[in-house]
Amino acid sequence: MSAHEHISGNGGPLQGGEMQITAVSKSFGIGPLRQQVIENCSFTLERGKLTVLIGPSGCGKTTLINLLAGYEAPDSGTITVDGAPIKGPGKDRLVVFQETALFPWMTTLENVTYGPIVRGEKSKKEVEEEAMHLLRKVGLEDFRDKFPIQLSGGMQRRCELVRALINRPKIMMMDEPFRGLDAMTRELMQEYYVRLFEENHLTNLFITSELEEAIFLADRLVILTNRPASARTVIEIELPRPREFKLLATREYLHYKQQALEILHEEALKAFSSGCGATVADFLEAYSEVESK
Amino acid sequence: MQTEQTLSGKAVATQDVSVSSISLFFFRLKLWMKSPTPYLTLLGLSLFILTWWLTTEVWQLPRFEKLPGPVSVVKEWVSEDPAYGISIYTPEYYEHIWKSILRVLQAFGLATILGVPLGLFMGWKKTFKDYTFPVMEILRPIPMLAWVPLAILMFPEREMAIIYLTFLGSFFATTLNTLLGVESIDEAYFRAARCLGAKSRHIFFKVVVPGALPFIFTGLQISMGFSWFSLVAGEMLAGEFGLGYLIWNSFILVQYPVIVIAMVTLGVIGWSSSALIRFVGTLLMKWQSRGSSL
Repeated sequence: MSAHEHISGNGGPLQGGEMQITAVSKSFGIGPLRQQVIENCSFTLERGKLTVLIGPSGCGKTTLINLLAGYEAPDSGTITVDGAPIKGPGKDRLVVFQETALFPWMTTLENVTYGPIVRGEKSKKEVEEEAMHLLRKVGLEDFRDKFPIQLSGGMQRRCELVRALINRPKIMMMDEPFRGLDAMTRELMQEYYVRLFEENHLTNLFITSELEEAIFLADRLVILTNRPASARTVIEIELPRPREFKLLATREYLHYKQQALEILHEEALKAFSSGCGATVADFLEAYSEVESK
Repeated sequence: MQTEQTLSGKAVATQDVSVSSISLFFFRLKLWMKSPTPYLTLLGLSLFILTWWLTTEVWQLPRFEKLPGPVSVVKEWVSEDPAYGISIYTPEYYEHIWKSILRVLQAFGLATILGVPLGLFMGWKKTFKDYTFPVMEILRPIPMLAWVPLAILMFPEREMAIIYLTFLGSFFATTLNTLLGVESIDEAYFRAARCLGAKSRHIFFKVVVPGALPFIFTGLQISMGFSWFSLVAGEMLAGEFGLGYLIWNSFILVQYPVIVIAMVTLGVIGWSSSALIRFVGTLLMKWQSRGSSL
C-alpha cells in the first residue's frame, strides 16, 4: 500500500468530524434496581485523531458506544458532531462491534455495498467499483463472493471495516473489534487498522481493555474510571507515525505505559475501598498480564 | 484451501476449489458408500420387513393373523391382474395418488401463501402480533378432526371441505414458525441496517425475510407433514378418490392388502415431499454451509 494512494478510492478524500461528549450520564432500571452506568462523562474526539478509550471490562464502555452511536439516548448531557446534537443512529457515525454484524445471507461484496445501495446515492456499478477498491486494500478481493461463514475471524473484521468505510462516515467507532481473535491475527489486524487510519486520518474512536493495544494505536488515550464510568484522564500519546511494533520496546512507550498503569491502579484501589469485590477482581485480571511484563 | 493474506496484500496461497457439481455428487456418493450408513439403513429396513413377515405370515401370532403380510401385499402391488383392482398396473392407483397430491398442493400452497406473509408481518410489527397472536394460540391446538363438522357446514361440496381441513393443518405450523424465525434474528442486524441508512422496506426484504428463512423452511417441512395428516383424515370421512379414501374403503370392503399399499404409498410420498422442501431450502440458503460448492 503506497502512502499517496488514498483509501477513499475514487470518491475524494474522507472528511473526519469532531465529536463532543459533555456531562453525559446514563442509568438503567428504576427504584432500588437503578444502576448508574455512566456519570458526568465528558471528552472530545478530536478531528482526524485516533482516540482510544480504555477501562476495565464491565465498566460501561459498550453502553457508552451505544450512546455515541445513537442507539440509546443519555439521561442527561449532550453529544454533538461538528456542533450538531446527534439524533439516533446515522451513517456519519459507524460502529464495528465486538461480535460480527455482517449479514450472514449476503456475500462479502453484497455486505459492503448494502449501505450505499439502500440509500440509492450512486449506481450499483459505481458502488461495486468502490467496494472492490476497498476490498483490495484489505486483501479480500478474492473473497468477494464468499459468505461470512466461509471467512476467518480476521477476514470478517476486515470486511466489516470496509463495510463501514465505504459509507464515508465522519467518525468510525470500534468496540473492542479484535477481541476474541488469536494473538497472531490480532496483531495483524492492529497493523491493518493502524495503516488504514494513517492513510485516511478519519476521526476514530477505539475501545479496548488492553493497554498495549491502546498505546500502540492511540493519538489520545482516554482512561475511564470504574463504574459509574466517566473520563478520568486523557494522555496525549506523541509516538511517531507510522506506528511500528518495534515501538513497543522504546523508552517513550514504556513511559506512557507506566503513566497509564499508575492511574489504572489508583482506580483499582478506589474500587477496593468501596468494597466492590467483583469489579476489583475483574480489574486485576485485566491488568495482571500487563503488570507482569 | 485458503490462507490469510499477508500485509503486503500478496496472496500466499489462495486456491479456490471449483469442481463441477456432477463430480462432486459422485465423490459424495462414493464416500457415502464407504461409510456404514447405507448398509445399516438396508439392514434396519430388512429387519423390519422380516419381523412383519414372521409375525403375520409365518407364525401368524394372535392380533397379527388378520393383518396382510409383506408377501401378499407385494404380490398384489405388482400384479398385472390384481385381486382387488389396485396395483402399479392399474390407472385407478395413480388416480388416487394424483388426487391426494393435488389436494395437498392446493392446501399447502394456500397455507404457505397466507401463512408466510402473516408470520413475517406478525414478527415485524409488534402491534399486529398483539392482535393476532392470542387468536392463533387458541386455534392452533384444536385437533383437525374437531374441525370436521364445521368444515362440512362451511363447504357443502366435499372437495372444498377436504382442502380446507388440509389447509388448516399446515397453516398454523407455517405461520408460527415464520413468526419465530423473525423473532430469532439478532438485534445486531437490525441495528447495522438502520445505521447504514436502510429504510423499512430494505430491512424487511434484506434482513427480515432472509433472516427468517431457516425457520420458515423448518416450518414448511412440519406443515407438509401436517397437511398429509389432515388430508387423510379428511379423505376418510368424505371423498370418492384419494389415498385416505382408498384406505377406508378397502377396510370396509375387506380388501386388506390394499390398505397397506396405500399406507406405504403415503409414507413414500410424504417423505419425498419433505425431502423436496429440504432441497429447495438448501438451495436458497447456501450462506449456511461452509462448503465451497453445493
